[in-house]
Amino acid sequence: MNLSRREAIVRLAVFLGASVVGPRLLADRIGRSDAGAAGYSDADLALLDEIGETIIPATPGAPGAKAVGIGAFIVMMVADCYYPAEQAAFKAGLGQLAADFAARHGGSFSDSPAAARTAFLNELDREQKAHTAALRRRSRQARGEAGTEEKDDPARPVPHYFRMMKDLTLLGYFTSEFASTQLLGWVEVPGHYDGNVPYVKKTLAPAPA
Amino acid sequence: MSATDTHTYDAIVVGSGISGGWAAKELTEKGLKVLLLERGRNIEHIKDYVNALKQPWEIPHRGRDTIAAREAHPVLRRDYVLNEGNPDFWVNEAASPYTEKKPFDWFRGYHVGGRSLMWARHSYRWSDLDFEANAKEGIAVDWPIRYADLAPWYSHVEKFAGISGSKEGLPQLPDGEFLPQMSMNCVEKEVAARIRRHFNDTRRLIIGRTANLTQPHQDRVNCQFRNKCWLGCPFGAYFSTQSSTLPAAMRTGNLTLRPFSIAKRLLYDRDARRVTGVEILDAETRQTVEFKARIVFVCASALNSAWLLMNSATEVWPDGLGSSSGELGHNVMDHHLRAGASGRVEGFADRVIYGRRPTSCYVPRFRNLHGDEGRGYLRGFGYQGSASRQGWAREIGELGVGAELKEALSEPGPWTMGLGGFGEILPYHDNRITLDPEKKDQWGLPVLAMDCSIRDNELKMRRDMQDDAAEMLEAAGVKDVRRNDGGYNFGRGIHEMGSARMGRDPKTSVLNAHNQVWDAPNVFVTDGACMTSANCVNPSLTYMAITARAADFAVAELKRGNL
Repeated sequence: MNLSRREAIVRLAVFLGASVVGPRLLADRIGRSDAGAAGYSDADLALLDEIGETIIPATPGAPGAKAVGIGAFIVMMVADCYYPAEQAAFKAGLGQLAADFAARHGGSFSDSPAAARTAFLNELDREQKAHTAALRRRSRQARGEAGTEEKDDPARPVPHYFRMMKDLTLLGYFTSEFASTQLLGWVEVPGHYDGNVPYVKKTLAPAPA
Repeated sequence: MSATDTHTYDAIVVGSGISGGWAAKELTEKGLKVLLLERGRNIEHIKDYVNALKQPWEIPHRGRDTIAAREAHPVLRRDYVLNEGNPDFWVNEAASPYTEKKPFDWFRGYHVGGRSLMWARHSYRWSDLDFEANAKEGIAVDWPIRYADLAPWYSHVEKFAGISGSKEGLPQLPDGEFLPQMSMNCVEKEVAARIRRHFNDTRRLIIGRTANLTQPHQDRVNCQFRNKCWLGCPFGAYFSTQSSTLPAAMRTGNLTLRPFSIAKRLLYDRDARRVTGVEILDAETRQTVEFKARIVFVCASALNSAWLLMNSATEVWPDGLGSSSGELGHNVMDHHLRAGASGRVEGFADRVIYGRRPTSCYVPRFRNLHGDEGRGYLRGFGYQGSASRQGWAREIGELGVGAELKEALSEPGPWTMGLGGFGEILPYHDNRITLDPEKKDQWGLPVLAMDCSIRDNELKMRRDMQDDAAEMLEAAGVKDVRRNDGGYNFGRGIHEMGSARMGRDPKTSVLNAHNQVWDAPNVFVTDGACMTSANCVNPSLTYMAITARAADFAVAELKRGNL
């Protein structure tokens, strides 16, 4: 499975002149069995890859979320870091997304043109933002002045499923080796500190055809 | 259970964190044969910092907590300290329960080095403002020491530990023996200048004084600005037992380090009115072992040091050694926090930060200092805070999904600046810990029950902690300033103090001016337990100084034949 994704990773690595160890590790470690155990099929993973790619698409010089194995990453994160109610909401949300898209556009999300997918997810994004804002208002009211915040409260309200998808896509992408080193200027051992450096916008070489 | 295995040392130190490490170093360097007991496992310097060199993408959940980690750490998960990078540096909570009569966040490190591996490294001296406050205000009891007693010992520990900072000439925050300071970023410099002008220099934003090396020091490498201290530093660039005091103590040839050794009780000789040693439970063999020594330094962290006293000499005093005063386990303090303000900084869009500075800026206490008494509360608070550019995790409300979002998040976001207060908690007699009469741990040992809360003084202070932060940020030109109060559970400051306080009178204190237990003068308690008041600054540097001072006194007394 996922030959195309792996191929993309290898091609990306070759293009970056980098070792394939990083992305390969990710793809290998979060394998089919983990995803299967969490109740996700190959088709689910492929759909999550496409959702991720629509949130963070490949652009000139910079691969998109699919190339960092985002579908497998998301499934792993949902299984390991979310509470059962959130996992259920996420899974149901994935199905709902596919069904809603098909009902609206008459085709599958993955096979539809990028413009339609983007427009559809933008609408979902507006929905999740409204939902999140409402949850925040309610939690502030419920906590009141006396309450103490807990970082990871098991009783926290279940987020909108698309908030989880977007959040995990951004997390997986922007902490990937590519984004860290090529987009965000991550240096593991800076050696010194300078709090007043002129910002130079990076330029990325266009991707090979 | 039979104790057949007896070993004899000049001194036993219980606990290997910041205080215990210092006790071991000072005592061994003065020629004593020392046994250093640690209840948990060993963590070897560098070798056991398993995540310290991993890149962000090599951390499986990218730093997010898993359900399993949260379930394993039901207390730790309440605040930021639970982190995918170092869960093994925190106590196994299931194996080490305690009772919360009122909410109490107890974040413990049961291993060699204790919390010296995970501490925040802010290092500040106290002043006479703090040592005299109880006496002047009629709160609790007077400290038996003053700044002059401790000043040379602050110098002593600073020179060895390596504290970077700026000399400011502030009476409430005495200068020390500093390595070159770390620098502020461009926004912090601007905010600092504006605050100083606006408040006529009665409030000041300075760079944090931190136990991170800004130049090579004592065989240790200077800070590389990775800001991963909590994973253990492979450069040894911040002060910890492992990087600093333990190797020094080992070099003397006088130290025996014994991990997996749970101190159960101090062995008390009622005729000699002295402690003769320590009974431990070997956590690996489950056997009880007795060690003998002429003096014992109790540095098990504030609450556990009190626990050890409570479990000792109960045949003489049912509530334990040091309980004759009625103060053992009382007067528990911490610093209350999670109240402040933050906002957005305009401009500086063409400026970014290189490197990850492992400390923040600091605002020394300014309340109840400059003739502004009468705010309805005693004492004061300081702030830690910094300015930074937001990263990819920021919310961009107007953007949905796609290339534009990707492009925007690949660029540095707006500058923000925040200040978070650390407030003094008064020593209330009824803020106390006791032995839970029912609950036992896996060793059959009693566990602590916490019954502590903040009161009116602290709650009033919390309002100023928010309002003053907002006022300073607004005065500095920061926009969209929002006050915040995340609430506070006792203990969340991770600065537990006061459970065996120092004093001038055995009727009202557990320890004398040299940290000796009044009822057993060859027992010294030099960690946070000894504190008579809490001040608002991070306390570890003071524990170091107090420990070094007490060790010097103890050895002198031994030589004089007084112990």
